[in-house]
Amino acid sequence: MAISFEVNGETRSVEVDPKTPLLWVLRDSLNLTGTKYGCGIAACGACTVHINGEPARSCSYPVASVAGKKVTTIEGLSRDRSHPVQQAWIAEQVPECGYCQSGQIMTAVAFLEKHPRPTSAEVDEGMSNNICRCGTAQRIRKAVLRAAGMTNGSADQVGTGGAR
Amino acid sequence: MTTQSLSRRALLKSGVAAGATLVIGVDIAGRVRAEAEKPVVSPLSAWIKIDQNGFVTLVYSKSEMGQGVSTSLPMILADELSVDWKDVRVEHAASTPAYGDQGTGGSGSVAGMWMPLRIAGASAREMLITAAAQRWNVAGTECHAKSGAVWHGSDKLGYGELVESASKLPVPDAKTVRLKKPEEFTIIGHSQPRTDIPAKVDGSAVYGLDVRVPGMVYAVVARCPVFGGKVKTFDATKARAVKGVLDVFVIEPVGRGVHSWGGVVVVAETTFTAMQARNQLEIEWDYGPALSESSETLRRQFRKLVDSNMKVVLQQGDFEAALAAAPSEKKIECDYELPFQAHATMEPMNCTVHVQNDRAEAWAPSQSPTQVQDVISQLTGLSKNKIQVHTPFMGGGFGRRYQADFPTEATQIAKQFRKPVQLVWSREDDMTHDFYRPASYHRLSGAVDADGNITGWRHKCTSTSIAEWWDPGSAPESSELGCTMQMPYLTKSYKLEYLPAASAVPRAWWRSVEASVIGFVMESFVDELAHAAGKDPYEFRIQRLGESRLVKDPSDSRERPLETARFKGVLQLAAGKGNWGKPLSRGEGRGIAAHYSFHTYVANLAEVAIENGHVRVKRIVSAVDVGTPVNPDGIRAQVESAIVYGLTAALKSQITIENGRAVQTNFNKFTTLSMKETPPIEVYIVPSTVAPTGIGEPGLPPTAPALTNAIFAATGKRIRRLPIQPGDLA
Repeated sequence: MAISFEVNGETRSVEVDPKTPLLWVLRDSLNLTGTKYGCGIAACGACTVHINGEPARSCSYPVASVAGKKVTTIEGLSRDRSHPVQQAWIAEQVPECGYCQSGQIMTAVAFLEKHPRPTSAEVDEGMSNNICRCGTAQRIRKAVLRAAGMTNGSADQVGTGGAR
Repeated sequence: MTTQSLSRRALLKSGVAAGATLVIGVDIAGRVRAEAEKPVVSPLSAWIKIDQNGFVTLVYSKSEMGQGVSTSLPMILADELSVDWKDVRVEHAASTPAYGDQGTGGSGSVAGMWMPLRIAGASAREMLITAAAQRWNVAGTECHAKSGAVWHGSDKLGYGELVESASKLPVPDAKTVRLKKPEEFTIIGHSQPRTDIPAKVDGSAVYGLDVRVPGMVYAVVARCPVFGGKVKTFDATKARAVKGVLDVFVIEPVGRGVHSWGGVVVVAETTFTAMQARNQLEIEWDYGPALSESSETLRRQFRKLVDSNMKVVLQQGDFEAALAAAPSEKKIECDYELPFQAHATMEPMNCTVHVQNDRAEAWAPSQSPTQVQDVISQLTGLSKNKIQVHTPFMGGGFGRRYQADFPTEATQIAKQFRKPVQLVWSREDDMTHDFYRPASYHRLSGAVDADGNITGWRHKCTSTSIAEWWDPGSAPESSELGCTMQMPYLTKSYKLEYLPAASAVPRAWWRSVEASVIGFVMESFVDELAHAAGKDPYEFRIQRLGESRLVKDPSDSRERPLETARFKGVLQLAAGKGNWGKPLSRGEGRGIAAHYSFHTYVANLAEVAIENGHVRVKRIVSAVDVGTPVNPDGIRAQVESAIVYGLTAALKSQITIENGRAVQTNFNKFTTLSMKETPPIEVYIVPSTVAPTGIGEPGLPPTAPALTNAIFAATGKRIRRLPIQPGDLA
């Protein structure tokens, strides 16, 4: 049975077992590997995407449930890393291994839509269910506040220009 | 230096489309400067590519797992080469013998590559200067290099214009080539943005699990949940019936080193199909002897061992006499315990391998691509030059990815199923078949005199030794004792004893390895001695470090001595920045701890508040002496990271064993520090011009003791068993 839904603005149709989690459809069927597998039980947040604008853990979301809905993944956030959250992530030099960061960024984008001018404590609350083993929480906190225009960033910020 | 290395020449790679490229080599043993006795075995290796338009590509040979080597290593090259960082591109080295051992661990990348890369960069710069001087017919000494060009007065020639002639010149002698003075550095010591970050904010960074090869299939393995157990019989009827399953077969266990637990393999068209079909396997296991092991049986064994006479590893002065002479109120004895810990990298283990008749290709997120090549060669019989290993980004390493178990399994599978196969470990596979940080138990005894001198310090240690696991019958203590072999504090007598405990639980290097254990024990006990002496724990440390000394490791004459002045330096910096001595509110406390590991000195200061029987970490201040800081913001990031990893191990996570298996199987039980629980962390770097040392790990060891010392200051309760349990502060 084909299941159709919109991914990053394009309608896609897949022939898979309807209980296949959205995560594996994105990664294995649609080759959108920016969304990561971390735990498979909705405990770490690495697989976070937006479904109709709401953050969702795609590892625990059967693909049948997204039929007819709009899915946004990290690849759909901007064409050129220009989303303010992506820019803030670069400016604060957030990622280390980076594996959890797609999920962190998708969580932050959804959080900021509900809390456009958050306090630091609200950021902590909103971002606390995503795991980062590299321990980048402090930089994520700063980056979310920066993206919200709540700070001008640290004086020694290094994330502009330079080698690629 | 051997003749072979002196004859190293620049290679000219010419191609019509690419233009001339200058390729400069310094083998990995460019550290011949420091270790002249080491033979130079590596052939030429390529670090710098400059095309005729002046575009500069710098190569890094270590695995990027978030520690920043794809930035810090090229920074060293770029500075000596005299190019501007903004004009540089970086690329990862191919896995060829030219780069020597590409193993990435032990906080050793910058420390080990510092001189080889400086020599490579400087050699290329001098060749370019010579080429320009010849063009102008002037002396090379009248010219200088800056921003990717050679200058003579106001005349200028860009590197792109010089590369072809420069590449034909002899390579300067590595022993005499002019290296920059520290005050000439324009990139080293100046924070640069990480080269790998842009791809990590838009989903384009390719990790091991993101590798996609045409015709690829996916595989999972059902492994015995009990350590060392084997498949007795299995029925794959239901698994084979799952749509999309391509094959089911058994792989045999392979011994230590090249390692695989063996198990039942399911190959399928997609990852999820493979996982679903694995659930349908009916397997009868031969659990083997480990079934009776648990954390409790191990704990009983540990206690019996520390009660016994152990092997004396180190003895200075007469500990027994010192203890006998001490009044009872100045004598203490306490036991410390630390559990197994999982690495729990965010990206579970995985490896993609394609074995063909005459060649093999692997995409291995490994800290040791060299070892991956060895494993594939051993299992397939193919010679190494027929085996291409790609190293994608890694979703965390922390030592776990130094093991060759996942490449071994993937190769076993790809040998049988002749398509590109991506072996995927589920989170449960990853957590229950890790090589864990050893569990350990420590009995510390000591005494102080009326003047606050330490008269005796004895450390009886037992653990599930890493050395014993990998090399049974070797010196089991060699992997377990760390800085206890270089005691920084003055004590009139010192005794160190060890015996290994028997255990079937696999173990290996976990971030900071034995220092994660030894740092906690030593820095807790020195705090306890300070208390027994009635002294301020910071002042006590400073006094007991005494005059500047070098502390050698008596068991290893090649080991670098610990410098007590640098140890003291980081303590003083952390205490100053952390307002040591400034009054706090009731229920709050400050603790400090310092440790020396990977030749780096770190002191951490923790400030805590106890609220309703729970500890809240309010602030961590860290001072690090890492020699010359190459990329300061990268250093800060690594220290922040190590501190959070250490706080997780102190406050949240552990692996316990029941019925010969790991109890915790996923992040719901193996919990980590959340953002709410993560305190602000301030990192201060001691200015230095000596050679850089490691930074990926050394921030971790002083974290737990700073925390527990702060809890003691706040409550009078001494935490001696990690992780801290909810009842511990009640």
